Amino acid sequence: MHWTLLSRLSISTLQIVGIAVGSPLLLGLMRKIRCRIEGRVGPPIAQPLIEIRKLAKRERIRPEYSSWIFTVAPIVLVATTLILVAITPIFSTGSSWSADLFAVVFLLLIGSVSVALSALDTGTAFGGMGASRAMTVGALAEPALLVALLALSVPAGSSNITTILVRSLYNPEWLVTPERLLALAAFLIVIVAESGRLPVDNPTTHLELTMIHEAMILEYSGIDLALVKLGESMRLVFMLALFGNLFIPWGIATRPGPIYLVIGMLSTAAKVVGLGTLIATVEVGMAKLRLFRVPELMAGAFVLSVLAVVSSLVVR
Amino acid sequence: MKDFGTLSLDLEPVGTNRLSATVGPESILEHATCLINAGMRLALVSGHDDGFSIRIVYLFTSGPPDRRVELHVPLEIEHMELPTLASVSFSASRFERELADLFGVTLLGHPQPRRLVLHQHWPANWHPMRSETVFPPKMVKEAGSYPFVPVEGAGVFEIPVGPVHAGLIEPGHFRFWVLGETILRMKARLWFVHKGIERLLEGKDIASGLRISERISGDTAVGHSLAFSQAVEECRGIQVSARAQALRAILLEMERLYNHVADIGALCNDVGYGLAQAKALSLREKLLSLNREITGHRLLRGGIFPGGTKVVRLPTQKELEDIENQFEDLVKQSSGNTLVMERFNGTAILESSHARELGVVGIAAKASGISFDARVAHPFIELGENFKVMVHGRGDVLARFNVRVDEFRNSLLVLGEIVKSQSNLDEVDQAPGNDKKSLKAGGVGIVEGWRGTIVHRVELAPNGTLSRVKIVDPSFLNWPALPVALANTIVPDFPLANKSFNLSYAGNDL
Repeated sequence: MHWTLLSRLSISTLQIVGIAVGSPLLLGLMRKIRCRIEGRVGPPIAQPLIEIRKLAKRERIRPEYSSWIFTVAPIVLVATTLILVAITPIFSTGSSWSADLFAVVFLLLIGSVSVALSALDTGTAFGGMGASRAMTVGALAEPALLVALLALSVPAGSSNITTILVRSLYNPEWLVTPERLLALAAFLIVIVAESGRLPVDNPTTHLELTMIHEAMILEYSGIDLALVKLGESMRLVFMLALFGNLFIPWGIATRPGPIYLVIGMLSTAAKVVGLGTLIATVEVGMAKLRLFRVPELMAGAFVLSVLAVVSSLVVR
Repeated sequence: MKDFGTLSLDLEPVGTNRLSATVGPESILEHATCLINAGMRLALVSGHDDGFSIRIVYLFTSGPPDRRVELHVPLEIEHMELPTLASVSFSASRFERELADLFGVTLLGHPQPRRLVLHQHWPANWHPMRSETVFPPKMVKEAGSYPFVPVEGAGVFEIPVGPVHAGLIEPGHFRFWVLGETILRMKARLWFVHKGIERLLEGKDIASGLRISERISGDTAVGHSLAFSQAVEECRGIQVSARAQALRAILLEMERLYNHVADIGALCNDVGYGLAQAKALSLREKLLSLNREITGHRLLRGGIFPGGTKVVRLPTQKELEDIENQFEDLVKQSSGNTLVMERFNGTAILESSHARELGVVGIAAKASGISFDARVAHPFIELGENFKVMVHGRGDVLARFNVRVDEFRNSLLVLGEIVKSQSNLDEVDQAPGNDKKSLKAGGVGIVEGWRGTIVHRVELAPNGTLSRVKIVDPSFLNWPALPVALANTIVPDFPLANKSFNLSYAGNDL
């Protein structure tokens, strides 16, 4: 088991390309599943990819009084996500450039804060409304994510994601402990909230006044909007892949070699598609919560993750 | 003569169930107060440019028993000053502002003597319903605008929305003042779709008038064309056969069905529950296809005309059963979802007392505990024992949702019975010979459309063309209730509250 710098670099590159192309396809798949369950044909699975390509060609219009924050935010969003994808074990543990769980959570946070700041920067009522709502949700979701990951680090004795992953691979009995299951539940709620899906936010609505995430990006157009959309879908897939690998670690490549890497890619893809299908299917039966109920849900996630930490300390 | 409380007027009977009197502007407030205190509703206020004078007609209605009282107030063209009825009727204050905009009447003592119908780009002193007015006017940058009343205080924000919205809907500007997410005040500015329908109808023959009336509000083709036809029939003294009346009732209920089901789906969609929306749209499509087979038009146009009703065929019991099954499935999907019900429950409450004061009609009124329905108050056909007015008392979105669900079931039931009683008759019903004499006093049509009570008042010229048609869509009376219901509602619930009223912009702004 020896990772050369070249193999580490190529694995990271592969993860970036895989997630960048795969994430819009997953969104397309989730839409398709939803449509099919509702008895509609639905757009092709590649539609989000086509949209991103179309937007990239379009003219970019920026609000007259917006500052550099508005310009930089989509780049920051995509850049932080790319770093996350490059350093965390997604296809292979060889990509690990010391992916500390604090680093992961904070990088996610930088992305969401930059989008919220850009929304405030536009000076529009909708931007401010969206940013305020997103931060209300985020302020509760991010700590829940951090604490949930912390619970996993306790038995592994390390805050490095790769170490947690590899150690749980050799100790499969960890996977069904109470703290794992509690952390799993908290993590899943955070994924739903962070990616703006039902019951927290409705990604398909046209009603500006009800939006959380979409209200923040209303002013973006052209390549900026394409970047935001790409960044958001990559974040979703990144979180799903992380979730899948932490709770069902088998399949990920733990040693160098193209065979292992292919198996790793396929297994991660299967995990992500499985989780995406699950979310899309459950979503069909969901309605959106009243806005003031969302913090209650987030608080629930936080309590679950705190319980996970407590149980991980006590059970040992 | 029936008793109208303390009213001291000699009323002359005109048309069916209608009494009329001419009074001076100085005494209108006194007489109107008597009629309103006697439990009558101000259903319509119409201006008439008679050349030498402007005649204002107030129509008061109540029922059952079906009673209609008209007060005519002639105003000299040189000084058209009209004392306001705002102190006794809120809807009167809105009708009066409409008169001021369309006819140039000066309102005396009105609490809000501002423009209503004409937005600020219409030129000053331009009154579209006056016979000498020329079209189209040159739009100006600013005339007769008035500022929004600001709400001030720490942390109060202003959110402007519209008039252009995301999605394919009609234009309306909404201004919110919010503290956090809670709405302190909302002001709606509509009136961006003034088409001049009433002016357009002047001088048209009855057949063209009918075609226009079907298009006043796209979703209420039957309601409006029926009210128009009833008014014309009263003018001309045409008796409609019992069979034609039954067919009209069928069409009216068919219209209610497809609109209610669309609203039920849309309400679910607004809380993100797309599954119910998909089911509702599929049922709506089924109903529209059936409409097409019944009248030849998906929106039921062309079925009703003054003097009769024409259908290609009637819905079969099997079709009605299928609709019922599909509807019950939809209701199970939506009412069975606790998240959906939680969103509806307690949202945007319109208190019963407020609804009464504002003169709200239709679904919104029934959901606030007001049992008023023109099918009972001003019936054109006996709907049988099974017909019930569906009333819910809470006044929230859930109540408006439930009124729709209950009305759908009841309409289907009533529809089935009428169809059964009509099945052995031939398919087409023709108008009995045209009675050319036209009643000078005009005619009134009152219909409970799916959204609420529709009132048309028609006057004919000696040559048989339309000289004046006044249309009151329930949206005109109900729009002011929306901001009232929004007090203490949160911003993200506004679209849901708005959809639960589902008022027409086109019907409101003729």
